[in-house]
Amino acid sequence: MKSAVIVFPGSNREGDAWQALAEVTGSAPQLVWHRDSELPKVDLVVVPGGFSYGDYLRCGAIAAHSPIMREVKARAAKGMAVLGICNGFQILTEAGMLPGALLRNAALKFICRNIHLKVETSQTIFTGGYEQGQVLSVPVAHHDGNYHADAATLDRLEQSGRIAFRYCEPTGAVTPAGNPNGSARNIAGIFNETKTVLGLMPHPENAIDKLLGSVDGRGLFRGLAEALS
Amino acid sequence: MTQSAVAGTSITPNIVAEHGLTADEYQLILKIMGRAPNLTELGIFSVMWSEHCSYKSSRRWLKRLPTEGPVVIQGPGENAGVIDIGDGQAVVFKMESHNHPSFIEPYQGAATGVGGIMRDVFTMGARPIANLNALRFGSPDDPKTRHLIAGVVAGIGGYGNCMGVPTVGGEVNFHSSYNGNILVNAMTVGLAQADRIFYSKAAGVGNPVIYVGAKTGRDGIHGATMASAEFNEDSEEKRPTVQVGDPFTEKLLLEACLELMATDAIVSIQDMGAAGLTSSSVEMSSKGGLGIEFDLDKVPVRETGMTAYEIMLSESQERMLMVLKPEAMEKARAIFEKWELDFAEIGRLTDTGRLVLKKDGKIQADMPVEPLVSEAPVYDRPTAATPAKAPVAASALPAIEPLAALKTLLACPDLASKRWIWEQYDYLVMGRTLQRPGGDAAVVRLPDSAKGLALATDCTPRYCFADPKMGGAQAVAESWRNLTAVGATPLAITDNMNFGNPQRPEIMGQFAGCVEGMREACLALDYPVVSGNVSLYNETNGKGILPTPAIGGVGLLKDASRSVSLSFKSEGDAILLLGETKGHVGQSIALRELAGREDGPPPPVDLAAERRHGDFVRALIAEGKLTACHDLSDGGLLVAVAEMAMAGRVGASLELPGEAKAAPLAWLFGEDQGRYLVTCAGAEAEALLARAQKAGVPALRLGRVGGPALTVAGHGSISVAELTRINEGWLPGYMGAAS
Repeated sequence: MKSAVIVFPGSNREGDAWQALAEVTGSAPQLVWHRDSELPKVDLVVVPGGFSYGDYLRCGAIAAHSPIMREVKARAAKGMAVLGICNGFQILTEAGMLPGALLRNAALKFICRNIHLKVETSQTIFTGGYEQGQVLSVPVAHHDGNYHADAATLDRLEQSGRIAFRYCEPTGAVTPAGNPNGSARNIAGIFNETKTVLGLMPHPENAIDKLLGSVDGRGLFRGLAEALS
Repeated sequence: MTQSAVAGTSITPNIVAEHGLTADEYQLILKIMGRAPNLTELGIFSVMWSEHCSYKSSRRWLKRLPTEGPVVIQGPGENAGVIDIGDGQAVVFKMESHNHPSFIEPYQGAATGVGGIMRDVFTMGARPIANLNALRFGSPDDPKTRHLIAGVVAGIGGYGNCMGVPTVGGEVNFHSSYNGNILVNAMTVGLAQADRIFYSKAAGVGNPVIYVGAKTGRDGIHGATMASAEFNEDSEEKRPTVQVGDPFTEKLLLEACLELMATDAIVSIQDMGAAGLTSSSVEMSSKGGLGIEFDLDKVPVRETGMTAYEIMLSESQERMLMVLKPEAMEKARAIFEKWELDFAEIGRLTDTGRLVLKKDGKIQADMPVEPLVSEAPVYDRPTAATPAKAPVAASALPAIEPLAALKTLLACPDLASKRWIWEQYDYLVMGRTLQRPGGDAAVVRLPDSAKGLALATDCTPRYCFADPKMGGAQAVAESWRNLTAVGATPLAITDNMNFGNPQRPEIMGQFAGCVEGMREACLALDYPVVSGNVSLYNETNGKGILPTPAIGGVGLLKDASRSVSLSFKSEGDAILLLGETKGHVGQSIALRELAGREDGPPPPVDLAAERRHGDFVRALIAEGKLTACHDLSDGGLLVAVAEMAMAGRVGASLELPGEAKAAPLAWLFGEDQGRYLVTCAGAEAEALLARAQKAGVPALRLGRVGGPALTVAGHGSISVAELTRINEGWLPGYMGAAS
């Protein structure tokens, strides 16, 4: 699998994403600067976490209109896989590549902690490394991760199997207690219609090493490498 | 000189006083200048000679601190300290206060404190890899405390999270002495190549002086002078002297500087922190023995009509001053254009030894550089020793059950969990945080290496108040102990000296005493001071804060995977207590929380024992003999056991020794120093006790890990879940009551 990680001037988890891809898939991604208007030939593009252009406006609002995102959008339309993590998820919703929006966390504060995620489907290129219903321990670190969409959109996402992950309790129960940020229906990550674009708030790239607390993020990168090689 | 500096407003005694200068200091200025200064020149003298920039009250004492050692590459005097950690790598670190701004405008005050200390570190060529902080707030009952906590925490997170530097640790205390004067001390740790450290000393007459980063506005003018004065009811009117932070611009500045530093373009570099363009240009030129000439019309400004005075004294953030090699100018310009930052050649180095400022076709200032630094006043202020406190007997503690006392202590503000705070900091970005906030020390792994750094901030202000010398020694010893408790070899410290008004002899006595205690501990533990910051005049309406010499410690783990945490790991592990327990009650949290008394002497620090015990523990961790380790500090033994149980979500059964029976509360909650709680496999316990005895380390088998509850034989039992509920409940409950 060939991959690339987009670097905005305010990206700050591009190194973490690079590390996870290099370590888990064995092949290091290319870093692509935000002002570039062309993408290298790759199977996967990662839009990483951070603060793209400072995010003093809505998170990801400006990045969604950057030259490189026009190219990402065009290539995604042709089937290239795109993974947006945290700020990357925010950018993908702002760019219209995924429905809904990420609002301020319900508690109005930045939250950095390990949470639990329930895998909703294993039948995608992103989640093939997991079992359906599997419970993962992965960290979140965000101020604006409260997923919001109207009821009709949420119903449509659910009916078409486009929910990738939901926040849950350690037992796997999807409850308000397991929801760290107030996201609608505990949604932590969603797919586009073709399930070739995934946006999620948690950080699987920070869960690849037992010494760091969890290896549950490895499955995502391993699954992608298997599906796209 | 064909033209002389514009005279402008004539300087009255009133203007001199408004600039925080004494009449004697002004006489010295007249002598240095050979004429009356104009307002711009006076402003430059006032900030350079402020307490904040000149260390005029503290300098003679700071010289007492040991600053050398085999690992020290750069001690105090540069933007940050630098130590050698082998393999061609260096660690660059410093802690700095932003106390007054944070009280006036907590979000921006704290945010720019974090931004400023990160700049100090990357100015030297290091990429920041961890942030820490040491925070002191007033009593929770004070009506302002909630607002200050909310703002400071959001500000620290807002800046550090955006920069992508993990905030991995810190400490928080509450005490009414901070009601009108909170302390916000921020520490940054960076990693550099040992042979690629950048310094501020200017060189090369004719070399261009370059301004990069954000534009200059009217914010923060006289911040350094404000930081050198006491507070009163009118302090809120000083809000315009607080700078506004822009972490995104700082992120750009960081990346652009590091990119430029990878080339061979920079002669010297200095960030514009306190006193902005003034102190950065004076420091660079004075260190190089050179003069500097600026065309202030070329300084990128945010507002029109700014005067020379305002431009020189502005403390706008995210700015740097560099001397470049002329041939590297275009390459450097291209890098800053890539990052979309201002890059302006605003002057050049001269051989005149003078600072000459031109603006609007006129000379706005023309003054000698050297005396701004070398003739800055140094005061030998009178000191008064703190009277010794009468000892407090164990019987001063009320006769209550130990587990009831434990519940009270775990819910008290100083010991309650600070999770509500540190979960607002991104402590994971960079993906190398091995030990997270909440333990004795944070541990971050170094990139592409087995090595790790252990980091902690420490101070027990109530000990320093009761006995400055013992308190100063204890702060250093506890820092050393915290790093040891995760298995690291402590290497060096940065200090952030927060005190009251130095013109009062008792305050100067506290300062001198703390320095003396720190000196003894640094020498005994081979733990030099490589950087630091002094913040005086932390008083409101004549009432000083508790003396607070915050210590930021850095230690090295050769193999970070060997580090141990404080959490209990496995059922059946033996719990051993290392170090001597006498039940010292004076100045303990138990005495304050259970008996309402803040008195007595602090626990004595035996530095030889400290070293012996610590070296023993570190060796055991390196050998993989221990499954958990926790240093004993605030709250003493039983609080430490509870913390280990809560972290591991598993209980323990303790059996108190005969010596504890006479005064169990003092034994369980006394704060004797030089102690650790460790766990090991049950089968190893006897061998470890024998080794301890051989090494001269008092050791005692206290119990075993297991079950859902903490049980003290003869005193009952409490579930770990209940302890957690109590310990985690206080701060969210307190802050929640705000909304």
